[in-house]
Parts: sequence; structure tokens; C-alpha cells
Amino acid sequence: MLILGIETATESVGVALGGRDGVLASVTIARGRRHGETLAPAVQFACRHAGVELGDLDAVAVDVGPGLFTGMRVGIATAKALAMALDIPVVPVTSLESLAESTRDHHGLVVPVVDARKGEVFWSMHRSDADGVTALGEPTIGSVDDLLAALGERGQHALCLGDGAYRHATALRDGADCVISGDRHPSADTLVVIGARRALREEWVTADLVAPLYLRRPDAEINWETREVRA
Amino acid sequence: MRVDSDTLVLGIETSCDETAAALVMGGTDVVSSVVSSQIDLHARFGGVVPEVAGRAHLEQITPVVREAIASAGVDPRRIDAVACTVGPGLIGALLVGVSAAKALALAWEVPFVGVNHLEAHLYSAFLEDDSLEFPLVVLLVSGGHTLLIEMSDHGQYRLLGGTIDDAAGEAFDKVARYLDLGYPGGPAIDRAATEGDPEAIRFPRAMSDGGLDFSFSGLKTAVVNHVRRHPDVDSRDVAASFQAAVVDVLVDKARRAATLVGATGIVLGGGVAANSALRRDLAAAGESDGRRVFLPGREMCTDNAAMIAAAGWHRLRDDGPSPLDLGAIPSMPILES
Ligand SMILES: [Zn+2]
Repeated sequence: MLILGIETATESVGVALGGRDGVLASVTIARGRRHGETLAPAVQFACRHAGVELGDLDAVAVDVGPGLFTGMRVGIATAKALAMALDIPVVPVTSLESLAESTRDHHGLVVPVVDARKGEVFWSMHRSDADGVTALGEPTIGSVDDLLAALGERGQHALCLGDGAYRHATALRDGADCVISGDRHPSADTLVVIGARRALREEWVTADLVAPLYLRRPDAEINWETREVRA
Repeated sequence: MRVDSDTLVLGIETSCDETAAALVMGGTDVVSSVVSSQIDLHARFGGVVPEVAGRAHLEQITPVVREAIASAGVDPRRIDAVACTVGPGLIGALLVGVSAAKALALAWEVPFVGVNHLEAHLYSAFLEDDSLEFPLVVLLVSGGHTLLIEMSDHGQYRLLGGTIDDAAGEAFDKVARYLDLGYPGGPAIDRAATEGDPEAIRFPRAMSDGGLDFSFSGLKTAVVNHVRRHPDVDSRDVAASFQAAVVDVLVDKARRAATLVGATGIVLGGGVAANSALRRDLAAAGESDGRRVFLPGREMCTDNAAMIAAAGWHRLRDDGPSPLDLGAIPSMPILES
């Protein structure tokens, strides 16, 4: 089982190759926002030095967000086209799932928080225990106060991670029973781990069905509807 | 690699509001061409919304490429290169095509070729007739551009004139919107004009300075003022008279440019190249001047990928493959190609 992980939902570009036994190669270019230029050469580099041909791949795992639109589009378009050309499936993974998975040694409530800008955050709730990480609900977008309310409703000590948690660390610590620890950004290595596990269970889709998780509509549509209501 | 009449290029286009893929053999023979238009998605906004376009391209890219290959009835392994628009265009839209094209090239182990969208528009005129003699003058008219270019050889360009305000296609869109004729404006004006009198109103022709630059904002204002003063005017007459003014300027300047550089012919390209009055008048001008006029097929005027594959074939033959770290270039000038 050989998986290619593509992580472009943040300012970095990450590519990893591997399977159930771990990661064979991993490339990260953290010099930001050059997804369109660096992703394809990174895939080529990782394959060459891992001694792998793209034709050997069994599936592509890709971060479908929420995250930076421009980067996500590069990663998802690449994943779709590779899968189509190689006739293999895609394992879509959300950035929140990927962050939650990165804390699998921690047991308890895990809440990945991704910065959505405009004063909002994306988050989801997960339970992490000896059996692994389980999602407790759907990804959500809202204000930091909305997140605090959701944490209060849970009434459990939480581990918060992700760039949104770090950005709003003071508000989260003051307003909820939580610690902020762990990764700021999801990694391609984690995509390979999740991808290999899901591929075994054939939890995958065909290239055409892979879509980003936007959670927010285009501004133009929102403005247009607001105008319609006013008119 | 040998690039000849047997070289099969897959072209991909996602620079604006069409997701397109096509297979072209030998730079001229269109084997298949698929265009998925987003016009309906943008119509209510009266123009292309970048974020809406980016989302739609990502949805359409693999189905469109798949259909282009399937309808050609070829094995994907037969494809020799993947060409894609890298600019100019909307960054979020361009990146979908560029990323997909590079991934396909990697997976199939064939070269990737970055193509200039404007250059590709003029190759759409050569898809039907490639018996070229340089120098040529290219008149490129679309929603984003109004350019007069000297083409002294394949890939050799010199800018002769451009618009100092609105692009011709933009003026069509704005006037169509003002007259309530619909979106996109080009075909709407063209349709209305066939039932109107092009001599009903004498709108100004902005070409007094004798240069090769264009200006259409004064004409647009003249249309608005005329309709304000004559609220009962027939909008079909306004459309026909406005179109006649635009076409007069375009044809006159293209002719002057051709004389200036001693061109053997004039090549028309861009979305506005579908305009029936422009095609008719430019062809007539060519005939009376004894100069060849290359008109793209109508379906090749709007954005498509056959022109990208054709331009890609020439780029591959003359310059070789593009590096995989070539990114999207939203404001790519034609002279750079
Ligand atoms: Zn165009």
C-alpha cells in the first residue's frame, strides 16, 4: 500500500510518500505561498529519492481544508489530476482531522482550531483514546465566542491545537478549560498515516468527487443575496 | 523530443470563466475540444467573479479533461505533451489548470508546456489555415484586451497599440448592460444590432490622433448621453450604431498597422472576433487592400483549449518544455512569450 500525501492548505507545501509501515519520504517547503511553483517539483523530488514511480501509487491523500483557498486549489487540482491519470482513488482528509490525528498519544478531548480570518475560526471536536481519534461532530465555522460556548457546553478539559488556537490563545485559555499545545499546521506525513488506514477500508472517492471543504460561501454570493433582500 | 505532424498535445485552459480541454495533432488538427462554460454562474453578477470561477474550475477540471480524451477515442498513453495557459488571467482560476496540467504531465511522463493565453488566441486563427507569411498584424480583441501586435515570426511579437481605457469587449458588456440586452454583452449587442440601423446615430470614432492606441470610454459615455436625451430611442438602433463605431475604429487601426509594418495579412483573435460586423468589415478591408485576413472559426473565438494545444505545439517545437516550477502569471504580457 503506497500513498502520496499532499498538504497545501496552509502557507507551506508538504508532500509525503509512505504506507502502513510509515513514511518513506517527506518534503516541506515552508517559504510561504508558492504552492503553484513548488508542489509538482516536490512530488517529483520525493518520488525520485524514495525510489518510487508514480505508477506504483495506490491512492492519493489530500488535505481538502478548511484552509487557504489558493493553496488548497493547487493541492486538490494536483491530487485529482494525478488520480485520474493513474486511475487510482483519492482519500480526502480535512485539515481538522489531520490536526486531531497528530495528537494521538494524548487521551481526552481534542479540538483542532484553524484560523478563518475575518475574526472567525474553523473547529471540530474529537475524542482521542487507545482506539484512536474519533470525530464527535461536523467541522464548524464561527467566532471565537462561538467556540468558547461550544467548549463550555462540552464541559470537559480540552487540548486545542492549530494556528487558530495559537492566534486566539489568550481568549481560549481565559474563556475555557483548555491547554494549547501541539502542531500549528497539518502535515503531509499525517495524511499518509490517515490515507493508508482509510485506503485499507477503501474509504476513498474517485477524482471527480474530491471537493474542498469551504464552510463559507464566496463573498460575492453573500453580498449579492444581502442586496437582494434589501432591494 | 521530435515535434512534428504526429505530435499529439493535450491543451488545458482555465484562465477566466471557461474550463476547457482539447487534443490537437501536429499543431493544427483538432481531434477533440471540450468547453465547460460558467457563464450561467456569473450572469447574475454581471461579470466574472474570481472566487466563483476558481471553485467551478476545480469541480470541472477532471471531467472536462476526461471527456476530451474519451471523445477523441485515443489512449491517454498516446498523448505526447500537456500544454496549459499560465497567464494572463485570474490567479485562482489559472492555478487549477496549471496544477492539473503539471500533474498529468508527471503521471504520463511527458513534457509540460506553459502557454500565453493571448498568443493562443491568435493560433486559433491558424487552426484552419496555417499557410503563413510573416510579418503579420494581429488584432486581439476580448473582454480584457484590445491589442495590435506585429508578429514577425512564430513567437516574435512587437506591441503596436493597446487600449488606454476600456477593452472593446468590456465596452460591449457595459453598453449591453446599460441597454438591458443581457450578459455577455458581445453576442447580445451583435444580436440586437442585426435588427437595428447602424447609421441611425453617428457616435464618435476615437481615432483622431492617428496613433494605434484605442479608447472606448468616450464612446460608452456618448451612448449613455444619447439614450438619456432620447429615452424613446430603439435600443436595436443604439446597439447597431455603437457596434458600427467600435468596428470602424478596430478595422481602421488594424489597416493602418498593417500598412505601417508592411504586413502580408491581418490575424483576428479574442472573444470579440466572433462579432459578425467585425468579421465582415475586416474581411472586406482585406479584400480591397489585397491583404489576407485570418478569421478564427466562431467556436474558436471564445476561450477554448484547442488554441492552447496549438500554441503549445509551437512553443514545444521552438523552445522545448517548460520547467515544472513555472507558476501562474496573472498579468503575463504577450511580448514575454
Ligand atoms: Zn481569451
